[in-house]
Amino acid sequence: MMIDYMLGHVNYWLIVAVMMVGLYTLMSRSNLIKKLAGLAMFQTAVILFYVSLGKVTGGTVPIVDAKFSLYSNPLPQVLMLTAIVVGVATTALGFALVIRIKEAYNTVEENEISAMDEKE
Amino acid sequence: MEQLTILLIVIPLMVAPITALIPSEKITWFLTLAVCLISFAISSFILYQVIDGTHVIYELGGWRPPWGIEYKIDSLNAFVALIVSGIGILASLFAYRSVPSEIDNKTIPLFYAAFQLCLLGLLGIALTGDIFNLFVFLEISSLSSYALISMGKHRKALSAAFSYLILGTIGATFFLIGVGFLFAASGSLNTADIANRFSSFEDMQLVETALIFMIMGIALKAAIFPLHSWLPNAYVHAPSTVGIFLSATATKVSIYVLLRILYDLYPIAYWVEMLLPQIMLSMGCVAVIYGSYRACQQVEMKRLLAFSSIAQIGYMVIGFSLVSQLGLTASIIHLFNHALIKSTLFIGAGILLYRANTTELSSLRGLGKEMPWTFAAIALAGLSLIGVPGTVGFVTKWYLLEAAVEKGMWIVVITIVVGSVLAIGYVWKIVDNLYFKSKEKLHIHDVSSGDSTIARSPKTMTIALWIGAILCIFFGLNTELSFQAASSAAAALLKA
Repeated sequence: MMIDYMLGHVNYWLIVAVMMVGLYTLMSRSNLIKKLAGLAMFQTAVILFYVSLGKVTGGTVPIVDAKFSLYSNPLPQVLMLTAIVVGVATTALGFALVIRIKEAYNTVEENEISAMDEKE
Repeated sequence: MEQLTILLIVIPLMVAPITALIPSEKITWFLTLAVCLISFAISSFILYQVIDGTHVIYELGGWRPPWGIEYKIDSLNAFVALIVSGIGILASLFAYRSVPSEIDNKTIPLFYAAFQLCLLGLLGIALTGDIFNLFVFLEISSLSSYALISMGKHRKALSAAFSYLILGTIGATFFLIGVGFLFAASGSLNTADIANRFSSFEDMQLVETALIFMIMGIALKAAIFPLHSWLPNAYVHAPSTVGIFLSATATKVSIYVLLRILYDLYPIAYWVEMLLPQIMLSMGCVAVIYGSYRACQQVEMKRLLAFSSIAQIGYMVIGFSLVSQLGLTASIIHLFNHALIKSTLFIGAGILLYRANTTELSSLRGLGKEMPWTFAAIALAGLSLIGVPGTVGFVTKWYLLEAAVEKGMWIVVITIVVGSVLAIGYVWKIVDNLYFKSKEKLHIHDVSSGDSTIARSPKTMTIALWIGAILCIFFGLNTELSFQAASSAAAALLKA
């Protein structure tokens, strides 16, 4: 029973794992680039979650045809196209900020930056 | 009529890219002001139409809801849109002289473009009736505000923007997870549709988890007490114009989203059973005390105001956690009142920054005597912040106290009183330093010599400041207008 439950939801377990790895990287790393990588993973996990939500067992691509009657839900994938764009924009803006931070502080380590901020 | 609602989104969306391409600070400024004025006119017209409890419905692309995206405007939507565009006008008036002094000439068009996008995002959040669409607008406004904050003069603005980016994205992603869970349970993204069919899936554990995720995400954006750490740095280091605009609108719009989730999307009985009102009420009370206490400790004016914002957000949280008509009305009125007060005070701080090139209170000593009009407006807004009768702050606190007494929540009454006493403390700190402390030689840094413009406050800034200050008094004496809008909005939220 328990095993069936675990195996039946294996995609969700994997997604939760990816999400937690992302969130942990985000919190534990001091390097700003690594933080952004963690953030991107965190967002990707949510995208995977939505995409796997739309899968209907035995369903096919949602193109109307006489031969098929069961279709997967296309809506989550369409939503995720938007979310991917948002995610890319966030990461790009984050990297742009890191470049400016590197120019201004000459480091991308968060602890060094906050030490410099406090000194002023 | 219905077509007007979408214009609120379309106009800034079309004008922003054009603005980015025009290499003139005057023209781009004028375009921004025009966009704000038009949005303000449209949203006040819509508010006038819907204030009696009717709504305006617009279906995007002609797709019928729940399949298509629907904009369903009731008085709360229109009221929030009015606040956002009104503050936009004040901020862009202020921007005329402030932006060229703080931002590199080449990036000014981009600055205004980002400003308009931020306005667009906030207006979109206020109008949409589709939770995924709301997420998209949330990200539009957040992304542009990260960019705006990072344009601050000091390099600290960069690290403040970066930490806001990280936290803001976590918040938005949490919201997205919540939306996903709710979508998995209900199969719909339309607010009204989900609310209508709620009883068919309310037993699922997923629905409760979805609510918690959404509230966590939005609470981060709204800087509700334990999740406020990004706010002070972001507001302090941002360019003055951005500080004014964001402090008055960004957190208010997030509070509005919370109201929608709690009162429209979910049935009230559902989250009352989860003990959410008690949890949020205690967070609100702690926010009031903590924010006010930290504000008293600050020695820099903008940071002081930022911590006071955290306390004021606490009042709004208290208002809607009381789950009564009066409490909700107080919360919604406070959205408006606090936007007015805080933008006035931040404009005041911006003028001081423009004149003296610093907002350290110790360096501002005696400046109030040299610029009596600016000082008077700051003092008026300060009195509103405390809640002196005759000002807008009093209106909110009165209704909030009434709501708390009605519910018999004496601890809330005590919190509000203590918060007000602490507010006297921190407002006095500003007044004392500006006016009463013995005048010291001003530390004026980096003022280009021979520039006569620095010697007096620019007219546009003074106009913006006094519009804010006069409105603080006007709406304190004529509560009719804001009260009617807020109570009609509260009644609409509570009917469900």
